Amino acid sequence: MSERTETTTLPDARGGEHEAPRIVTRTGAGKFLTDTRAVFTREILLTVRDPFTLIFSLLQPLIFLGLFGPLLTGTFGGGFGGAGAGLSTGETLQWFVPGVIVMISLFGTSMTGSNLLYEVMTGSYERVLATPLDRSAILVGRALKEFAPLLVQGLIIAAVCVPFGFRFHVLPAVVGLVLLGIFGIGVGALSHALALAAKNREWLFWGVQQSLLFPLLILSGMMLPLEAGPGWMQAAARFNPLTYMVDAERVLFAGRFDDTAVLWGVVAAVATCAVGLVVGIRRTHRTV
Amino acid sequence: MIRARGLTRTFKRGKDVVEAVKGIDVDVAEGELVAFLGPNGAGKSTTLRMLTSLLSPTAGSAQVAGYDVVAHPAQVRARLGFIGQGNGGGFSYKVRDELHNQGRFYGLAPDVYKRRAADLVDALELTGLEKRSVQSLSGGQRRRLDVALGLMNHPPLLFLDEPTTGLDPHSRANLWEHIAAMRERYGMTVVLTTHYLDEADSMAERVVVIDHGEIIADAAPDVLKREYADDVLTLDVAGDEATVRGALPPDLGEVAVTPRDGGLRVRVATARGADRLPGAIEALRLAGATTTSASVKQASLDDVFLNLTGRSLREEAAA
Repeated sequence: MSERTETTTLPDARGGEHEAPRIVTRTGAGKFLTDTRAVFTREILLTVRDPFTLIFSLLQPLIFLGLFGPLLTGTFGGGFGGAGAGLSTGETLQWFVPGVIVMISLFGTSMTGSNLLYEVMTGSYERVLATPLDRSAILVGRALKEFAPLLVQGLIIAAVCVPFGFRFHVLPAVVGLVLLGIFGIGVGALSHALALAAKNREWLFWGVQQSLLFPLLILSGMMLPLEAGPGWMQAAARFNPLTYMVDAERVLFAGRFDDTAVLWGVVAAVATCAVGLVVGIRRTHRTV
Repeated sequence: MIRARGLTRTFKRGKDVVEAVKGIDVDVAEGELVAFLGPNGAGKSTTLRMLTSLLSPTAGSAQVAGYDVVAHPAQVRARLGFIGQGNGGGFSYKVRDELHNQGRFYGLAPDVYKRRAADLVDALELTGLEKRSVQSLSGGQRRRLDVALGLMNHPPLLFLDEPTTGLDPHSRANLWEHIAAMRERYGMTVVLTTHYLDEADSMAERVVVIDHGEIIADAAPDVLKREYADDVLTLDVAGDEATVRGALPPDLGEVAVTPRDGGLRVRVATARGADRLPGAIEALRLAGATTTSASVKQASLDDVFLNLTGRSLREEAAA
């Protein structure tokens, strides 16, 4: 990382000299990090300044849990067949909670582009592009804003589930969240690219986002076990990166690292992140 | 400050290839105030976006503030302010928050951007609006915020894309006062695009006329008007046509005579009309023709555009 501060003195026409402009031109990783932080700070400001959004975004996962949990417990407890048959509430939660966390992160990060749609229309996205911000920092900063609430949400979910027999293993869970963050940056960047491609057609963004989101969700075994599904669904799930994320998160939230599922999760997360950033940055260059 | 050579940009529209900017050469010296004038779709904004590194040229090159726009876009961006056609401030944000965000985008330290934001709020009459959301501001206030955002990094070079479009006449005049004041205060070079003729005429020291992606004229407004358009003298004269035609100096210009209210209405297209009028009246008097009324219509930039392209910019802007 190198930093150079250039100072030019401009004469003030009204006599004397005004404050000299300082042109800061960082390069390399340092610039990427400060830029990402600057973008993140701007984006998160809206969440922080709007307590209602914050409260609802924290309540949402609890509602999911409250509604889905009993159904699943009932299903498994009732011997519906499949892998989870005959599990206790604690064991069901152990299986279900990682899925809910992946789902919230997918919902959040896949909506990264929706704020952008509005900013493209009003012109503030153009203003941001005209600054020296690193292009990938714009993508990553925006995706992280959607991801950040997940850390809080995840903690709340875990805390609420512990009395019902859910066991929380700190280190593996943290690793799991970091992995989700990497995955989320990729999803966020893809959502960003989708918003730029949709431009003024908001319906196009939501149409594509929704019609991709639900098949991906269901075909990952996130909410309902795929073992109960037909063979073609299980085959399709193998091509879904989300499947590997969900599997890895389940292993990690069970407190284990020693499973190839974790490795596959890392591969899926890094690959999604790389593809997302490449597509996102290309789209950014094409749009402006 | 700017040196562009053969700057070209083509867009693909389905199967068609549209040449938006066709290899333009343009230089802008430090401290100049230059207006790019032309009808919608002439290539003004495309040129501006290439010079600000927002759009990469298909061919040609441009050095802006000492750096190549293609090779070092971030260096170029660090040295300029850009005020786009839309509103730069995010509608859901508060005025002060956006100014501080902009400071962070330029990598400024908190104490620097806080002081700078306070200075600009003061200079651009945004005092009292710091905690208001951008959405709640009037069109003129929002535009002044855009200027403030564009100046957060104290750029030596400021670009404005159609800065006053959509503003009422009062807000337009007010914004111009501020741009002029900021320019005087910081000694900036200013490059803007406009399709308002009066704006280019009264504000710019140099006008670059663009049409169909090409520069068709480039000079100070007065020089353009002298070179590409004539003033029109209109005289109401008591006398006969032969006397009038014989009396006026042959080098004056093209003379048209029509009967009017028992006398004649004489129109002469000429350069430097105001300078030639007293001589014309005197020549008519010596020949025995009395001038009862006289006026000079000064050439406008629209006349310049009309003479260069055969089209009226005023009518195209209205269409």
